[in-house]
Amino acid sequence: MPGPPVSPPPSGPGPGPRPRPLLVLEDIVKDYASEAGSFRALAGVSLTVNPGEFLAIMGPSGSGKSTLMNIIGALDTPSAGRFLIDGEDTSAMSEPALAHLRNRAIGFVFQQFNLLPRLTARDNVALPLVYAGVPARERRARAEALLARVGLGDRGGSRPSQLSGGQQQRVAIARALAVGPRLLLADEPTGALDSRTGAEILALFKALNRENGVTVILVTHDPGVAAATDRVVRIQDGRIVDDGPPARVLATPGPAASPEVVAS
Amino acid sequence: MNAPLPLAPPVARAPAPGVAPLLGPMLAEAVAALAANRLRSGLTMLGMIIGVAAVILMLAIGNGVQGQVQRSIAALGSNLLIVNSGAARTGGGFSQGAGSRPTLTLDDAEAIARLPDVIAAAPSSGFTAQVVAGPTNWLTQVTTSTPAWFTVQNWYPEDGRAFSAMEERQAARVAVIGQTVARQLFGASDPLGELLRVRGVTFTVIGVLPERGQGIGGVDRDDVVVLPLTASLRLVQGGGAFRRFVRTISVAVATPEAMPAVEQAITELLRRRHGLGPREENDFSITNLTAVGQTFQETTGAISLLLGAIGGISLVVGGIGIMNIMLVSVTERTREIGIRMALGAPRAAIRLQFLLEALMLSLVGCALGVLLGTGLSLLASQLLPFPTIISPASVVAAFAISAAIGIFFGWYPATRAARLSPIEALRS
Repeated sequence: MPGPPVSPPPSGPGPGPRPRPLLVLEDIVKDYASEAGSFRALAGVSLTVNPGEFLAIMGPSGSGKSTLMNIIGALDTPSAGRFLIDGEDTSAMSEPALAHLRNRAIGFVFQQFNLLPRLTARDNVALPLVYAGVPARERRARAEALLARVGLGDRGGSRPSQLSGGQQQRVAIARALAVGPRLLLADEPTGALDSRTGAEILALFKALNRENGVTVILVTHDPGVAAATDRVVRIQDGRIVDDGPPARVLATPGPAASPEVVAS
Repeated sequence: MNAPLPLAPPVARAPAPGVAPLLGPMLAEAVAALAANRLRSGLTMLGMIIGVAAVILMLAIGNGVQGQVQRSIAALGSNLLIVNSGAARTGGGFSQGAGSRPTLTLDDAEAIARLPDVIAAAPSSGFTAQVVAGPTNWLTQVTTSTPAWFTVQNWYPEDGRAFSAMEERQAARVAVIGQTVARQLFGASDPLGELLRVRGVTFTVIGVLPERGQGIGGVDRDDVVVLPLTASLRLVQGGGAFRRFVRTISVAVATPEAMPAVEQAITELLRRRHGLGPREENDFSITNLTAVGQTFQETTGAISLLLGAIGGISLVVGGIGIMNIMLVSVTERTREIGIRMALGAPRAAIRLQFLLEALMLSLVGCALGVLLGTGLSLLASQLLPFPTIISPASVVAAFAISAAIGIFFGWYPATRAARLSPIEALRS
């Protein structure tokens, strides 16, 4: 059974009808008030992401990368500008509406996995379905199916502490997919993993993108990770400074290569 | 690479479900969260357990006291008016107290007995005396009266018989005794037909009254000897002079409703018989024992409420303990709250989750407290001279109050959890 509608090949306007963009950011500004006065984290970011894209957002710490991710993830709202997910404007949404949007439209994957330690893998995967109001039986069936999809069909009863880092991240990905969102938003998903496991997780994202048409956005400062995607957006000082295929963007010497990349 | 496995289709795009469908899963999570921290949950609940047990126990004892009072009042004889001789002076002047000045006569009693709605009127006097039977003696309360006394008291001998009106008039030397006197003077042997002496006069025991137990204030009502009034007046109290005055006339009234009217009728009758002018005070006083009993019952009711309130204070302390531990829990689980918010939990769902945990602590604590309180009440029944009574209402009230405490003291921590910023919470 196909999930989301089959999307055309990513990247750019091609022949045929243009699909409705999944994400539209129009001149997003985000200011934070601090003791030292107002701090501008995003200074006018415009970005369009089409369904089925597999892209990386790159940038050093303090570049506004995390702020951008929080806005795309509907965890935060912009100070100015418009942000639309699937045609829905989030700037006017109430708190419950934003929560509901996060629940059904976005799947989060974190660097530290962020599984709830008390719950089994199955219950972790089923947790977003609880907030979606899905009945218990269907929650369980979906969780089992998703665990099988990420290669952990036999570990549903395990607790996070009984799983390796790579396995935990697979559970987290299954959880992000539980409600059937069209967007996976992953923050340094391989940052806490060794390179071999990291490559496996990256391959899983790629498979989900290619085979299931899930739009994937990876937020990373690792050029190796970014190289696996189809499109790299580089952000610096709250602005987008480059946007294009990884071969070109990664070849351009940028400030992202600064040594503090390793620090975090 | 594996054959592509289809993902589950998106959950039907419905409006936000609200918190109602979350109740079940969140309840299960609350149980799991509390079970994961057994020691802490147990210690937190201890406050509620002790508080609820205290309330249940205190109310059970209070109810037990009230039940005891009720039985005492019923045993006094229902619908009883006590007419005492002597003025009941209020304000101005010096009163010597009821019964200090003999004004009532046997004829007064007979006249009262003829009033409508009066079942019986028993004139009586009493004194304390050393009663002697063979080698043993016993200090007891001697009551002298007519056969009507047994009717008024609703207390008839279980062994032998009461003295008759004929015996009373002829001053027969017969006595009816209570259980305590029987035990003290005659031990295990049958007292019927035995002799006892009161102030040097010998009486034959013709009846033994059934056990009546303690009265108000712990008086042993079985410690009594009943003698015919005439015999007593002549032989024991007299001092030579034949006096027809008595201290008290006890009046049994047909129905509770008739009591005020009978009280009024007795007052008018006695004023007329005693020749009192309209400006003169009564030379007697009338006590309505049912009214006295009611007052006493209200007092004990207030006392049991007070005891319950003291238990209630420990409930409040238990509630503060819950609030404290919930605040700790919210701080510890800040990251969890952030994760849940990222996964789509609205603030209301976070609040519900922590509120349910607080409610769970208070209600499970309450249930255990009810068990403990019940056990302690049963134990108290063994130790106290009366049975404690656990009313279902007090159990229901304990649960209602505990639920209120859980919500009241859980609200602030739950609101703090719900107000967290998801970004800050995820960063913690």
